[in-house]
Amino acid sequence: MNTYIIKRLTAMVVTLWLIVTLTFFLMHSLPGSPFNQERTTSEAVQKNLEAFYHLDEPLLVQYGSYLKSLLTLDFGPSIKNSSQDVNDMLGRGFPISFELGLWTLLVAITSGIILGVVASLRHNGIIDYLAMTIAVVGISVPNFVMATLLIQQLAVKWPIFPVATWSSSMHMVLPILALATGPMAIIARLTRTSMLEVLTQDYIRTAKAKGLSPFKIVVKHALRNALLPVVTVLGTLAASILTGTFVIEKIFAIPGMGKYFVDSISNRDYPVIMGTTVFYSTILIVMLFLVDLMYGILDPRIKLHKKEGK
Amino acid sequence: MELRKQHESNISPEVPDEWFVPKPKDRNEAEAVVRPSLSYWQDSWRRLLKNKLAMGGLVFLVLLVFMAIIGPLLSPHTLDQELTRQNLPPSSEYWFGTDELGRDVFTRTWHGARVSLFVGAAAALIDFIIGVIYGGIAGYKGGRTDNLMMRIVEILYGLPYLLVVILLMVVLGPGLSTIIVALSVTGWIGMARIVRGQVLQIKNYEFVLASKTFGTKTGRILRKNLLPNTMGPIIVQLTLTVPTAIFAEAFLSFLGLGIQPPHTSWGMMANDGLSTILSGYWWRLFFPAFFISATMFAFNVLGDGLQDALDPKLRR
Amino acid sequence: MKKVLEVKDLYVSFTTYGGEVKAVRGVSFALNKGETLAIVGESGCGKSVTSQSIMGLIPTPPGKITGGEILFKGRDLTKLKEPELRKIRGADISMIFQDPMTALNPTMTVDEQIIEGIIQHEKLSRLEAKQKTIDILHLVGIPGPESRLKQYPHQFSGGMRQRIVIAMALVCEPEVLIADEPTTALDVTIQAQILELFKAIQEKTGVSIILITHDLGVVAQVADRIAVMYAGKIVEAGNRRDIFYKPQHPYTKGLLNSVPRLDREEAELISIAGSPPDLFSPPIGCPFAARCDYAMEVCDRVYPFKTIMNREHHVDCWLQDERAKRLLAVK
Repeated sequence: MNTYIIKRLTAMVVTLWLIVTLTFFLMHSLPGSPFNQERTTSEAVQKNLEAFYHLDEPLLVQYGSYLKSLLTLDFGPSIKNSSQDVNDMLGRGFPISFELGLWTLLVAITSGIILGVVASLRHNGIIDYLAMTIAVVGISVPNFVMATLLIQQLAVKWPIFPVATWSSSMHMVLPILALATGPMAIIARLTRTSMLEVLTQDYIRTAKAKGLSPFKIVVKHALRNALLPVVTVLGTLAASILTGTFVIEKIFAIPGMGKYFVDSISNRDYPVIMGTTVFYSTILIVMLFLVDLMYGILDPRIKLHKKEGK
Repeated sequence: MELRKQHESNISPEVPDEWFVPKPKDRNEAEAVVRPSLSYWQDSWRRLLKNKLAMGGLVFLVLLVFMAIIGPLLSPHTLDQELTRQNLPPSSEYWFGTDELGRDVFTRTWHGARVSLFVGAAAALIDFIIGVIYGGIAGYKGGRTDNLMMRIVEILYGLPYLLVVILLMVVLGPGLSTIIVALSVTGWIGMARIVRGQVLQIKNYEFVLASKTFGTKTGRILRKNLLPNTMGPIIVQLTLTVPTAIFAEAFLSFLGLGIQPPHTSWGMMANDGLSTILSGYWWRLFFPAFFISATMFAFNVLGDGLQDALDPKLRR
Repeated sequence: MKKVLEVKDLYVSFTTYGGEVKAVRGVSFALNKGETLAIVGESGCGKSVTSQSIMGLIPTPPGKITGGEILFKGRDLTKLKEPELRKIRGADISMIFQDPMTALNPTMTVDEQIIEGIIQHEKLSRLEAKQKTIDILHLVGIPGPESRLKQYPHQFSGGMRQRIVIAMALVCEPEVLIADEPTTALDVTIQAQILELFKAIQEKTGVSIILITHDLGVVAQVADRIAVMYAGKIVEAGNRRDIFYKPQHPYTKGLLNSVPRLDREEAELISIAGSPPDLFSPPIGCPFAARCDYAMEVCDRVYPFKTIMNREHHVDCWLQDERAKRLLAVK
């Protein structure tokens, strides 16, 4: 168990280091300095600015100092908006994005599992077809389309929910719905497939032979085994929700981290892009790790210390 | 009781005596195969034909490709701006309406289809080539090579896909070719994993071991045995790669990192349309959004259908 | 002897893509208290379907009991509603499946899997149920069961797992135990141990056992009576001695010839050529006719009547007809 965790932690650090390095050199391989675009700045001002951001030093030195500041969790200042640090932006944006992401994940998981289980229990029935149609539509409709539809229907046509900003729980409903549809559909399909597979297993027949009720068989015997494959995709889903927040926060004008990220892309604000990328990557890598640990706990057959590459 | 008595005498009067003669020997009868045997691909195709939803998806995609080729020619309008005709709703003149620069949405939709389908097809092709080679080598060589190659894959797998793509787009600059490059950098990993898994599994099947003992060369084994047997999961993965790529293109265009004007794509059109939806110009979002969703839907149901049709376990 | 269970003229069909598969076609037998009845036959002959019908475990759809009765304690099980059947399953009639590797839930501890069965049928506290679990694990020969209660199935060997499956089936003291190929997936040495266990348990508890198997070696060790099934019908049945020493049906003879025996001089094993008929459209005559060395015209035309050899021994074969015997004598 411990050796496995240490191994995984090392791999995580390597991946992170790879991302940091990749991001850093990619950003610095761009021709010219970020200040070139603004023609108004004089030669001297530009020199000063470059000195302030250490852009005049050799690349490797800059790389070294960036790594060092990352170790102290300092993502450096923003270039376009010198009054604030990347850390400030993350500090303000992250709690909001985190709230959005977490709720989305919860909504997607619970509704997805319920939909999938119900569909599998009514295999080839009307409910099954209905649930799977919802699921395929959910996978097929991009979240920005979903978001627009929701706004048009539930905010403009029938003003049930307020939109824009993140000020009350009512404001949260539509963004969460828009973001949760895709992951929910994926979970529903996966749960259904995996339930159908599990329900044909011998141990389900054994449970039936014991005289257990269908409810007990589903909840105690089938569900836990059926959810194992679902757990494995949670990491990837978290990643897609995370990138989804960029779009959703932009559409709903939510002042989350995604909005800063998208703005920094259009502004070519490199420290912010680097900072948020590294931050996002860390979250995702930790998520993947937690999912693996969870899988190990849920499936007693998996001995974590014996596990050698998948 | 009446019957039993007769049995005890062991003569059944209902049955005539002349039937008690030895039956002519035709052993083949017992061995005869009742149903015609179909090859794997014939059987799969037959089952796919039965799946109405999947066939619907296939027909839609064929039509889509057709329209992407000839669609722009059907409309009298070109991609040119006609500033006097801004934001016109769909009519007999402009079938899908016009946008804020007076461009024909119908023509633009099919131009967008070209880009989206091209991105999807190119990404799938590159994923296929890299994935099959990488996964095939890892799975077939096994041992240390496999271990090392899979370590690399694992680290790459840990990279957040769209973040890497965004980052590359920022660096490489927007454009069609950069989108394909960016999507391919991480896209092949899923394919490589699937191919490796399949190869590892099949490598140990008796029939492959058998051809090895006959001294068949490695390359020939791969070509003759492994590839046909791994084809099913690969095809399924490909049908899922295409919509992922199309979706990613739409997503990037939406963030302003995708195709640049005057070229167009569904993602870009949707992004343009989004800002005007509240002004009531619904057609500007509806048509690109509809085609993105419908294409994704078609690929998804086709992929599902193929998965069922190609699964040897489900053969009947 | 008291009849515990009686199956009368049972018909079971499955609806599939290709049409209706008539898996069981008029099977009748009775099970007496404390005896072991073996149902023998090739795979696909309907023996498992028969046993699952008794438990009400035929997956419906596609399966369906289309005729006949299954009498247990004065009730016809085919007429019972699902909740009623559930009270019987595991409590009065229980079942053991072929593969102990897959019959246990991999993500549940062993004790929980046994206890849930007890609590389902008996009003016992968890503590009492736990004690009962320990006792039954002792009975089936799990060494030191107290320390292994919290383990998962994968931590046990195949033989031990089958013992756990047996414990699970016996814990509510059922009157009938249906064992569907209980030893097929096990090593030969373990097989012998498990069969010994069946005998010991039967002596202690008086449970009646239906043993489903294709392995005549297993049958020879434990069965009191034997029913031979072919293409959804019982073609011959009788006590062990009769079936092994006076087999009447060519199929039974064929089965016996395909088993290695040490007590015979000629050590040659003869397999039965051909394969069982397609049950989509079973032949109107004797289903074995196509593979039978003694087949006559009549065999293809009419299904043979039942010939009673003695109180327990009966066979469905035209060779029992006097006219056939004359024919054979001429030959």
